[in-house]
Amino acid sequence: MIRARLVNYLPTIAVAVTVLLAWELLVLLFDIQQFLLPKPSAIFAEFAYQVGLWLAPDERSILFESSGATFWEAVGGFVIGCGSGVLVALITSRWTIISEATMPFAIAANSVPIIAFAPIMNNWFGITNPASKMAIVAIIVFFPTMINTVRGLTLVDARQLELMRSYAASPGEVLRKLRIPNALPYIFSALRVASALSLIGAVVAEFFGGPRATLGVYITQEASAFDFAKAWTAIMMASIIGIGFYLTVLMLERRLMPWHVSFRVE
Amino acid sequence: MNAIEAQGIHKVFNPGTDEEVIALQDIDLQVVAGEFLSLVGPSGCGKSTLMRLIADLLQPSGGELRVNGKAPAQARRDRDYGMVFQQATLYDWRSVSKNVQLPLEVMGYAKAERVKRAQAMLELVELGDFLEHYPWQLSGGMQQRVSIARALVFEPSVLLMDEPFGALDEFTRERMNMELLRIWQATGTTVVFVTHSIAEAAFLSQRIVVMTPRPGRITQVVANPLPYPRDFQTRADPAFHALVTQLRDLLRDAVGASDNPRKA
Ligand SMILES: Nc1ncnc2c1ncn2[C@@H]1O[C@H](COP(=O)(O)OP(=O)(O)O)[C@@H](O)[C@H]1O
Ligand SMILES: [Mg+2]
Repeated sequence: MIRARLVNYLPTIAVAVTVLLAWELLVLLFDIQQFLLPKPSAIFAEFAYQVGLWLAPDERSILFESSGATFWEAVGGFVIGCGSGVLVALITSRWTIISEATMPFAIAANSVPIIAFAPIMNNWFGITNPASKMAIVAIIVFFPTMINTVRGLTLVDARQLELMRSYAASPGEVLRKLRIPNALPYIFSALRVASALSLIGAVVAEFFGGPRATLGVYITQEASAFDFAKAWTAIMMASIIGIGFYLTVLMLERRLMPWHVSFRVE
Repeated sequence: MNAIEAQGIHKVFNPGTDEEVIALQDIDLQVVAGEFLSLVGPSGCGKSTLMRLIADLLQPSGGELRVNGKAPAQARRDRDYGMVFQQATLYDWRSVSKNVQLPLEVMGYAKAERVKRAQAMLELVELGDFLEHYPWQLSGGMQQRVSIARALVFEPSVLLMDEPFGALDEFTRERMNMELLRIWQATGTTVVFVTHSIAEAAFLSQRIVVMTPRPGRITQVVANPLPYPRDFQTRADPAFHALVTQLRDLLRDAVGASDNPRKA
């Protein structure tokens, strides 16, 4: 079982190793300036150094502190935004008129670059207050979550609804036993997108200013100080957190919907 | 007592518009309690519409309809009937046993009772070994047996089946026909069975209602002389062939007649 898994991942690992090697060779061969593109080995060395700082009891790693802060902003915004997206969808879908009236606005709002509001949120909540970043993340993830949840709650097979009607089921039972399970795949596909969006939202919002120990600020400061190995290490941290977040949501999805088409094993 | 009584039923879709369809006209029909009755006819003759009227999923445009002596809406609230469609329409997220328990959950049965009944019903449809399987792990015929178990688990007095075996291959279908007769005899349920297969109707039912389209009407109700129990030898019986021929002629005449352009 475990071995089969490893074999599945082998191509991915091979691609990653090849890309890193090619990158390293390219930088060496063409003698690329390190402020344009540092070598992967330099980035890993910096990363290892930061891990050392982080593990040492009497040292501080600003990188890890920054990662933690940004992580919590993303998670906080994700929970608030996705939670209220699902909640609002549940409430509005109960009254078709409301959901039909609000959906066009939600869809329109979903195509607005909400990140542009980051400076305004900084003014509202204070630039060093994590709430300003959480607010941006929450707004970014709210709309896709709400839209997908409303879809999942309403795009129900007509026969299944007739079946429920033939049992004289109450609207609450139809919601619990049919609409919500039907919506789960829609909700999770929104959550997966939202997990990636929330980290992007948090980091980009920090580009507009924030406390010193956050990834966005760290990246801008190290880049302007021409310490590109540091900047790239921070980018790598952001990527690791983003992928980790995504995989966590995916794992939760497998737990909650083992029956779903995408997870079936013959 | 009559399980179903229809008098002068009309159903018009989109009345007064360009898309007006007279789906049913002057439907008079009595279904005796415990009877196995089939509706046959080409597609578009209103078979499904009639089923949906009985099930209170549609309202008639005119006429009088009673189910167990009650208005269809009341019969629905009293859970007097179970339904089986052409597609099994099982819930993907529920195991076979949980699918069968669904109506019982809605109707407020206690858990122990639900589990017991679902198991008994699934044993009746010979799926006792598949309680914890999921629908996607079953063949089409097995899925349809689950949906029959689900329709019967709360012991409705009427079973409404709309082309339940239409999507199955010929062999599976014949096996399912035998099984359905066995279940019908074991439960004593009234069965209203829609099909567009003449042979299936002739094999299964006590009476066959022949319907024709544009507008949907009952052409004739044919009594089936074949005795029960019916088995693979029934299809070889000369009486079976005579019945199939009679039904085919009825349908051909009627469809031919309605195909003549005869606009009012
Ligand atoms: N919801 C509907 N709206 C409009 N027309 C319908 C609707 N349902 C059925 N019809 C029409 O009524 C007629 C009878 O349909 P149906 O009862 O499904 O026939 P059958 O089940 O015998 O194939 C058809 O002409 C069909 O197009
Ligand atoms: Mg039909």
